[in-house]
This record gives sequence, structure tokens and C-alpha cells, in this order.
Amino acid sequence: MRETLKLGRYQLRDLMRSKWLFAYSGFFFLVTFALFRFVGDGSKVAVSLMNLVLFIIPLVSTMLGTTYYYGSREFVELMLAQPIKRGSLFAGLCLGVSIPLVLSFLAGVGGAFLFCGSEVAQDLPAFLTLLVVGAVLTFIFVALAFLVAVTNKDKARGLGISLLFWLVFSVIYDGLVLLAVVCFADYPLEMPLLILSILNPIDLARVLILLKFDVSALMGYTGAVFQQFFGSSWGIAIALTSLVGWSVLTFILGRSCFARKDF
Amino acid sequence: MQSSMTTRHRLGNGLLAGLVVLPLVLPAAAAQGALFPPGPVREIVVGKDRPIKSIKDGVRIASSGDRILVRKGSYSEGNIVIDKPLTILGEGLPQVDGGGKDEIFTVRADNVTIRGLLIKNAGVSFMHDNAAVKIDGARNCIIEGNRFSNDFFAVYLAKATGCTVSGNRISGNGKAEATSGNGIHLWHCSDVKVSGNYVTDQRDGIYIEFSNRVLIEGNQSEKNLRYGLHFMFSNSCRYLNNRFTQNGAGVAVMYSKNVEMRGNRFEKNWGPASYGLLLKDMQQSRIAGNTLAGNTIGIYSEGSFGMTVEQNTFSRNGVGIKLLGSSTDNRFTRNNFLGNSFDVATNSSETQNRFEGNYWDNYQGYDLNKDGIGDVPYRPVRLFSMLITDYPQSLILLRSLFIDVLDLAERAFPVLTPEALVDRRPLMRRVCID
Repeated sequence: MRETLKLGRYQLRDLMRSKWLFAYSGFFFLVTFALFRFVGDGSKVAVSLMNLVLFIIPLVSTMLGTTYYYGSREFVELMLAQPIKRGSLFAGLCLGVSIPLVLSFLAGVGGAFLFCGSEVAQDLPAFLTLLVVGAVLTFIFVALAFLVAVTNKDKARGLGISLLFWLVFSVIYDGLVLLAVVCFADYPLEMPLLILSILNPIDLARVLILLKFDVSALMGYTGAVFQQFFGSSWGIAIALTSLVGWSVLTFILGRSCFARKDF
Repeated sequence: MQSSMTTRHRLGNGLLAGLVVLPLVLPAAAAQGALFPPGPVREIVVGKDRPIKSIKDGVRIASSGDRILVRKGSYSEGNIVIDKPLTILGEGLPQVDGGGKDEIFTVRADNVTIRGLLIKNAGVSFMHDNAAVKIDGARNCIIEGNRFSNDFFAVYLAKATGCTVSGNRISGNGKAEATSGNGIHLWHCSDVKVSGNYVTDQRDGIYIEFSNRVLIEGNQSEKNLRYGLHFMFSNSCRYLNNRFTQNGAGVAVMYSKNVEMRGNRFEKNWGPASYGLLLKDMQQSRIAGNTLAGNTIGIYSEGSFGMTVEQNTFSRNGVGIKLLGSSTDNRFTRNNFLGNSFDVATNSSETQNRFEGNYWDNYQGYDLNKDGIGDVPYRPVRLFSMLITDYPQSLILLRSLFIDVLDLAERAFPVLTPEALVDRRPLMRRVCID
């Protein structure tokens, strides 16, 4: 554990030096701030911000995670020569990337929130959900990126695959869902769709945030079913389990691959 | 000068003689029931501490045109039939209780006025439409400034003409549609005015069927189990400045023509089968200057024909206008569309309706010649709104990246969305609606 922390701290310093994090943080700050200034209406801001978060965070997390792993390959090999458990090395690497990313996301968006307190206060649950969801998505996609990077020796191939994963989760998956809806329109699809949306962390995040605006209550029977499910404590528990499960499972899988890897 | 003095003198004498004779003639006329124009109105006071203790007794001894003053107190006397022109006036809001069994007032005479009573507990029945006040085939009755509480039906007008229902506060039992009647129910009426009433917790707030030339003005109907306003087969009616909020299924208007709806507010009608305003087979009517805000669907139109929809504001609805393919020749002009999830949805790739000169907040075009009209046509139907109409479950993909990409592609090369459903003169600024 101590080794993990130490490694994480080292990586934080390393990442800080690359100024990447500041750009990331500044980007979120500027966008959020501008949205509040120019759009004004709290719920509209949250929806735009949600689109951005669901697009940018998984993309940046996968890309940064993969490149960082490949970039620190020599460092990893050096560390492996030391008496350090592989598990803690992997945890240190993974958390060392994801925690700074989460913090800079929170700092960027949260900082803008501080300037626009009154608008945020009106839709507080939605904005809090947004922050939590953004953080969890970062963990999931960094872990996924590491999993891909560990299992692929070639950098270009690894980057391609992790980009593909991002594409699957944020675009292709929804295309398949739509296809399923159209094909099986005659059947009661609400439950299968719920399950499908829970299985994809980006979809789940989107649905969770949307439900906070009552947009769904506005949209008829299907919306009402989702509202009822995610409004219940069971629904929230399942949604959280899914999000946490995704990050934990990808992390554990990556770690076991890392532990068995022949460098 | 002198002659004028004499004429005035004679005139005075004549008047004096008349005044002496009048009291002798009047009672005779009243006894024959030929009282027109009305003579001095007799006032009958009903009260617990008075010789006449019940409204029924008051009605029995009253003669046409009398006024019955009901003192403060509680009166529980079952069904009270009013069969002559009377004015029943409550003082200090006396309670008339139906005990949950009967109909309370049944009016079968013209020119009856009921004012200032609290009428409660008209009995729920599955056989009869028990009402707190039922006007049955009468003319020129006035139901005004009463309160109705926990009644099956509150005000029920059947085959009534020229009646006025105004300033009443009606609240029902609000439990289930089957055990709850309508707040103000008009059946086969004409020239009725319903104004300034407040209705809540009934089945339908205001229900109108087979009635013509009805004026519905300044009422508020909210949180009713089914419809805030529900009318069918009622032509030439006017609905002005009413407010319909949070009703189970919104407002439904069907099978009528020459209807005017102006200045009404349809708000927060949420739910799977809820509409701000549902139009079914409506013809040649005008919907103008209304506000439709925060509804699942602002206006839902099925089989409507020749409607003019103008100067309305559609804001924060799930779908602003859901226009089914069966609607034809409708015109939508000078409306504001603000912050709706979808501006217009339809299920057909063709349309015979016209959209022109509306303001759409999603419009992204430009106006080079600065005439206030966008140079690029606006297509309010998005691909996803068509998807949702046909496959409601695809709602789960709302605001997904995939859908945005799909919408973009469809926008560049419209294939599925109706080519003709387009606003060629979209406004650059909001329409000022006075």
C-alpha cells in the first residue's frame, strides 16, 4: 500500500510537469464558466456539460492512460527490478494517472461552479451527479486503457484498440441498442433496455444525469419506467454497483494480466 | 307658463291615484302567478334558530321570484328539488350536506340563482350522476360564488340554456376516476357561461358534451384525475384565459368545430398519456395566444383539419407539437418554440400542414438582409423525434452521441424526415405576444 502511494505521488509529480493536467482542468473551467455565462439556465448548462463530460472524459482517459503506460515502460521495467509487488506497482500506475485526472476535472468544473453558485444550487442534484459520474468514468476508462496497454506490446495497436473501446462504448453500443429497439419494437422492451443501459457505463451515466432533470418525466411511458427504476433505492444501488463494478473489474483484470505478463 | 303649471298639477294627481290603487292590485296579481314584471321580492329566512328550519320548507312555502336567505349552519336534508324561479342565498357560507348518498340541489325551473353556499358530499353512485347542483332542462340559472367539496359531480347542467356558472370553488374527492365525477359538467347545453371557477381533484375539471356557444373564461382547473378540460361535439365554443395545470391527462378537445381557444395556459401536464392540449378530429378552429409549458406533449393533433395555431408559446415541453399524419391543412404561424426537447414530432414522412414564420430557439440560420426572417429554412422535425414517435423505447438514447451523429447526417441529407414539414420563413427574434 505504501509502495502504491509512493508510486502514485511520483506519478503525480511527473504528470504535473507535463502541464497536461492544467490544460485539462482549465478546459473544463472555461467551458463550464462560458456555458453558465452564455446559456444561463441551469438545467440547459447541465445538459450541455453532460454531453461534454460523456464525450471528453472517456476519450481523454483512454488516450492518456494508454500513452502514459507506453511512455513509462522503461520506468516500469526499472521498478520491476526492485523488490516491489507487481500488484502494488500496477495500482500505483493506474491510480497515479486516474486520481490526478479526477482531481483536475473536479477542480475545473467545481471551480466554475463556485463562480456561479446560484444557478448550481437550483439543480444541485444534477450537478453533483455530473461530478460523481465524471469521476467514476475517469477511473473506468483509465483502468480499461491500462488493461489494453498491458495486453498489447505494440503501442500503435494498443492505442487503436483503446480508441475502438471508446468508440464502442460511446457510439456503436447505442447504435446496436437502437437496432434492437427497431427489431423488437413489438415486445415490451423497457426491462431489457434498462439492463443494456446499465451494462454500458457511458449510457448509464447519461441516463442517470438526464433523469435528474425530469426530462424523462416529460417523455411518456418509457421515461416513466426509467424514472421509476432509477428513482427507487434499488435502482440507485444497481446503478452504483454497475459503475463501481466496471472500474473494479477492469482494474482487477488489468492487474492480473500485469502480474502474469512476461516483460 | 300658466298652462305648464296645470299640466304638472294634473300629472301629480294621476300619480297619487296610482300609488293608492297599486297595493290593492298587487297581491291579487301575485296570487294568480302572473307576476311580470316582478313585484316586491319576498325574503324567506331559513335558519336553525328561525321558524323555518330547513331549505326544503323554505322552497315549499316560497312563491316564484322569492328569495330564500339561508343562515349560517349545517343543513342535511337529502335531495332538494327547486321547481320554481327562486334565489337561494347563503349567508356566512352555510353548509348543505348530501350525506354521501343523494343528489343535493335539483333545479327544474328557469331563473334560479344559487349563491354563497358550501355544498358538500353529493353521493357517489354508479347508477345516477348525482350532483351537488344539477340544472335539468332549465334556462337562465345562475350558480355563483359557491363552494363545493367532496361531491361526486359538482355542477351538472343538462339541457340548460343561458345559464351562468361563475366564481365557484370546487374540490372533489380525488380518489379514483370511477368514484369521482366532473367538476363542471355540461351536457346538451347552449349559451352557457362558465367563468372564474376553480376546480381541483375531480375526474374532469370541466366537461362539455353536445353543447353549443359555450363561453369558458378565466377558470382554473388543476390536479384533476383525468382531464382539466374535456369537450366533445361542442361547436362554436370559446375558451379564453383559462389555466389548466397538472391534470392527469391534460386537456382533450375532440370532434368539434369553430372553437376558439385564446390566452389559456396549459402547464405541467406530465405523464405517459398526458397532453397539454389533445386535438382529435377538430375542425376549423383557432388556437391563439396560449402558453403551453412543461407538458409531456404541448399539442397533440390527430385527424384535425383546418386549424389555425398562432401566437402560442411552447416552452420546456417534451415535444412541442406532435402532429400525426392524419392531420391536414393546419396552419402554424408566429408561435414561439423555446427549450422543448423536440419542437415537432410526426409519424409520417409527408405532411399537408403549413409551418410559417415561427420562432424556433434551435434555429441556427442567419439573416443577411436583416429583415428579421432567417434565410435558411428550418426543419423542426429531427430524426430522433420520428424514432421516438414510432419506437417510444428508443427514448433511452436521448442525447446520446450516436443519435447526435445520426441527426446531423439526416439534417444534411433528409431521407426519413418529412421534406415538406419545413418553416421557410423562420423568425430571428421571439414573437412578442401581448
